[in-house]
Amino acid sequence: MLSQIEGSRAVAEAVARCRPQVICAYPISPQTHIVEALSALVKSGRLTGCEYVNVESEFAAMSVAIGASAAGARAYTATASQGLLYMVEALYNAAGLGLPIVMTVANRAIGAPINIWNDHSDTMSQRDSGWIQLYAESNQDAVDLHVLAFRLAEELSTPVMVCMDGFVLTHAVEPVDLPDPSQVDAFLPALRPRQVLDPAEPVSIGAMVGPEAFTEVRYLAHLTQLRALDRIPVLARELRDVLGRGGTGLVDPYRCEDAETVVVALGSVLGTLKDTVDELRAEGVAVGVLGVTTFRPFPADALREALRRARRVVVLERAFAVGVGGVVSADIAAAMAGTPQRHYTVVAGLGGRPVTRDSLRSMIADAAADQLAPLTFLDLDHDLVRQATGGQP
Amino acid sequence: MNTPFAITLRVGSSLANKTGAWRTERPVYVDRMPPCNDACPAGENVQRWLYHAEEAGYQEAWRQIMADNPFPAVMGRVCYHPCQTACNRAQLDESVGINAVERFLGDEAIRRGWTVPVTAPPAGTRVLVVGAGPSGLSAAYHLRLRGHEVTVRDAGERAGGMMRYGIPVYRLPREVLDAEVARIEAMGVRLELGHPVTDLAAEMRDGHFDAAFLGIGAQLSHRTYLPAGDSARILDALSVLRTIADGEPPRLGRRVVVYGGGNTAMDVARSARRLGATEALVVYRRTRDRMPAQPSEVAEAEEEGVQMRWLSTIAHAGRGSITVEKMRLDDTGYPQPTGELEELAADSVVLAIGQDVDRSIVDGLAGVEVRDGVVQVGPDMMTGHAGVFAGGDMVPSDRTVTTAIGHGKRAARHIDAWLRGARPARPPRPPLATFDRLNTWYYSDAPATVRPRLEPARRVSTFDEVTGGLGESTALYEARRCLSCGNCFECDNCYGMCPDNAIVKLGPGKRFAIDYDYCKGCGICVAECPAGAIEMVPEPR
Amino acid sequence: MTVQRVKFYQTGSFAVGNRLLDPAQRSTQARMDRANSITSGHRACQGCGEALAARYVLDAASRATDGQLVVVNATGCLEVFSTPYPESAWRVPWLHSLFGNAPAVASGVAAALRARGRTEIRVIGQGGDGGTVDIGFGALSGMFERNDDVLYVCYDNQAYMNTGVQRSGATPPAARTATTPAVGPQPGNTFGQGKSAPLVAMAHEIPYVATATVAGLRDLEAKVFRAMQLRGARYLHVLVPCPLGWGSGTGETIRLGRLAVETGLFPVFEAERGEVVAVTPIRRRLPVEEYLRPQRRYAHLFDPAVRSDVIERLQAMADRNVRRFHLEGKR
Repeated sequence: MLSQIEGSRAVAEAVARCRPQVICAYPISPQTHIVEALSALVKSGRLTGCEYVNVESEFAAMSVAIGASAAGARAYTATASQGLLYMVEALYNAAGLGLPIVMTVANRAIGAPINIWNDHSDTMSQRDSGWIQLYAESNQDAVDLHVLAFRLAEELSTPVMVCMDGFVLTHAVEPVDLPDPSQVDAFLPALRPRQVLDPAEPVSIGAMVGPEAFTEVRYLAHLTQLRALDRIPVLARELRDVLGRGGTGLVDPYRCEDAETVVVALGSVLGTLKDTVDELRAEGVAVGVLGVTTFRPFPADALREALRRARRVVVLERAFAVGVGGVVSADIAAAMAGTPQRHYTVVAGLGGRPVTRDSLRSMIADAAADQLAPLTFLDLDHDLVRQATGGQP
Repeated sequence: MNTPFAITLRVGSSLANKTGAWRTERPVYVDRMPPCNDACPAGENVQRWLYHAEEAGYQEAWRQIMADNPFPAVMGRVCYHPCQTACNRAQLDESVGINAVERFLGDEAIRRGWTVPVTAPPAGTRVLVVGAGPSGLSAAYHLRLRGHEVTVRDAGERAGGMMRYGIPVYRLPREVLDAEVARIEAMGVRLELGHPVTDLAAEMRDGHFDAAFLGIGAQLSHRTYLPAGDSARILDALSVLRTIADGEPPRLGRRVVVYGGGNTAMDVARSARRLGATEALVVYRRTRDRMPAQPSEVAEAEEEGVQMRWLSTIAHAGRGSITVEKMRLDDTGYPQPTGELEELAADSVVLAIGQDVDRSIVDGLAGVEVRDGVVQVGPDMMTGHAGVFAGGDMVPSDRTVTTAIGHGKRAARHIDAWLRGARPARPPRPPLATFDRLNTWYYSDAPATVRPRLEPARRVSTFDEVTGGLGESTALYEARRCLSCGNCFECDNCYGMCPDNAIVKLGPGKRFAIDYDYCKGCGICVAECPAGAIEMVPEPR
Repeated sequence: MTVQRVKFYQTGSFAVGNRLLDPAQRSTQARMDRANSITSGHRACQGCGEALAARYVLDAASRATDGQLVVVNATGCLEVFSTPYPESAWRVPWLHSLFGNAPAVASGVAAALRARGRTEIRVIGQGGDGGTVDIGFGALSGMFERNDDVLYVCYDNQAYMNTGVQRSGATPPAARTATTPAVGPQPGNTFGQGKSAPLVAMAHEIPYVATATVAGLRDLEAKVFRAMQLRGARYLHVLVPCPLGWGSGTGETIRLGRLAVETGLFPVFEAERGEVVAVTPIRRRLPVEEYLRPQRRYAHLFDPAVRSDVIERLQAMADRNVRRFHLEGKR
């Protein structure tokens, strides 16, 4: 049933229907509406069997989630930006311990300069943390991905991050079809932890490992992530059967079949991109869009399959590796290595700057003409740069 | 522990890691010689019987005493308890009241009628014991325990020797002595009293005795020349005490002078007070600290109004008075006359200046050597005459009841061995458990229990026992003051304080073992053992 | 006639056990069936006070909860020496996450158990002084203020021993560490720094705060039992001498713990809801020098010259503790 609802509220409702047992939260914009809504759900008694813990920091939030998960509870938290960075140590730890925690990240820029608006700098910085990262294109997507995330995390015993664009999605009120609790129940069984702190069977979790086995532990973590690449499409299909909607889980190709130029992107910008592509297609431009839903593990095979017919690939980056260039681009370039494809990196929409249809049109036009620089900053204010550099380009 | 590790790896138990390999030194349990045991002339295992008494195992405690000494009730009254002098607890607060606990146990045994069974098979040998005093009865007891037929002969009409005829009843009630003697007799020791032995060889031959033990004591009062008027009343201490013991006290008068500074002198002076003397004066030629008498005896005597005159000799005894001469100590500590004289009133003078051995019994016995007035014996207590052993006051000794009892025990062991043609195994003597080896932190603070004593005012009018016994609860308290020096008493410190769980608790009474697979040799158990019963030794290579 | 108190047990409650006491009254550590929560084969240094205290605390807690216990451990010596792969010395369910988050992880465990309706299982968080009073202090304070149902135990050996003896917020003045070396005119750790975690804990007005030492086993066990009777946030701060970091003999661990108390340098007390309710009085008061001398971390106070000025300042600290906590009262 469709309801007109704010993205954060919708995600909160979806999370609640996944029957989390411990929710820990520390407020940070633009994540606040999610945890506020969950707080109300727990406090009002609508969400029962759940402990809501107001913690003193994001580091504590992830730590509480670690403890809760290790003690056999379905644990959830949400954060953004600086908060994500503040919990980094615990992020790696949760992944290393193989704890099936689900976390929403309301994507936001990282300071300094402090900036509360949307881009992907925060989650991109954690691409190697060992967490699975799923990126939502829309609020409907975000809602459904959370249901998928819990099932995936618990099946593989590994944490999953659902990334949704701050403000753009979290604060957008639009129609969302919330999954019915019975649908969620059908898809998501009760948590059966792989290992749990239980006096009846004492285990030691988190022991020290030296050089003799550390590589193996890392390798095993990698195998788990590779298994996720197999399982995500299967689970996505299963969820699709239950909900009657949803994507394939790994990548989401749009009009790519005969596209000479394919723009690759993650998150809410895909909506604008698709509209732009529709316009250009109407004008006869052979362009397509490839949405990346699963960024970690990196779906290289699915990407190769989706991109293999394209002559050129433009990676629209919502984050930027200073001193290098694109973050996603590097992975795509590696996946496509050996093909004659041209690759362009376009850094766009940092710190909440709108990515407009006009800018995208001209970007695609430049690319199609192979006039695009390998690394382009979309809508860069050259005057401002000149002022700041004292006239230097 | 077959459980998942991190993501997938499983861990096992650290028991696989034998940390004992780190060790350069290892702790070992030891049993050291507690100073009380070390000091006991009767060779009692004081620490061990206190261990039983601590847990109210009074019969076990008593049996532990009886393994060495058949007179706990007597000991608890007349022993000068060198054990308490040596007791390490004295350096903490006050010595453990060992003597009082021993008395409690001895009295408890009499009250409850505990007896000692003879479990050894008959040895088929006969031993004659001459003298029913402490050494003789002790020897008889220990020989009987070893299965020998024992006959004790004594000139006196009653058994006990100096315990009966030398120690006043206010220190040792006779029913206590009788009970402990009777217990020995009940074991099958044959007592033949009123039977003076003059010809030992004949008695041994006629009685088919295979060996003899002589314990006739030193019952002759030492005589000294004392210038005295005809009418002076001069008595000897042993006679006085003996007549008191026989119930026919001599007439000593109101003012009694006792000449001498030993325990016998104190016994006489205190007895004189009880017989009605208003003045009892001890005259001694040296200073107080050189008196041979036990300080406790001197103190009790003074409490009872006995007066002391140090550095004095009796120059002359006359009717109703004596003349004393003041002495001074020379550089060697020997008293020298000063010529200063003083006259003191005295109705009688009792000489308590030492006792001699009646050596006639060994006259004509080939090989027996008498030197310095006493019979010489070897370390095995045997005289120069094969098969004839001797002990107690008649051999070189400090002439206490306890020493005599110890002699009896030692002689019995050697007589037994001699009769069996064996050499007695001498148990190894472990090093002394000195105070500095203890960790006294762990002992509760507890001052010594003071034994109830008769008020001095009442003492001088009665021969009732001066010192009372401890009640059960106070005896228990006192026993628990024992520090168990040098011997494990299962306080669990080692077991509880090992950071490596390397001490294995074996259960009540079984102590502990060290698991050297895991002991890292840190030494905490050694440092924190209250009793000093663990020590570090280099790791064997 | 002299009257004596009769209940006297040779070692009373000073020793670990006492065969004269009723078995029910003996210490947990004296029991043959104690849990041995941390078992043999761990790699703690010889004479490690922390290994010992951890067993004391967890065995007592195990007994108090009938074995229904989960333990969360901060990074540090205790964690490293107990679980080098492929071995673990723990016989209790045990989780190690990070250095600075043990209180929060423990909170999470408690929340999970509550959510799962398993509140009969109790949670203990534990760590060293670095993990507790420094890097983990924020998490600890959060756990306190939320009154989460966790007993957090700090094993305080007064420096970062695992990394090689660096100063922590619990390092006492004048003590030499690798980052407060014994050089210059004021050698060792600076006066006027550091914090009393127990007093800060009390300021949270949590149900229970107590201090103890590895030398006072009965006291420590009684406090663990008391703590396990209560629900909500509880804090136990246990002084654990470290032979390596303090430069003391490996067999001296217990003695130094005792001396820390008997000199007044380490006050042993209990507080409920922010108020001190009991102190363990000093039994035999000693000058601080008795405690300082056996430790090489204070060697510069005695050699080459006796720094009586510094010793006096340390004595003044002890005197203040004695005054402040009434440590010379009757037992």
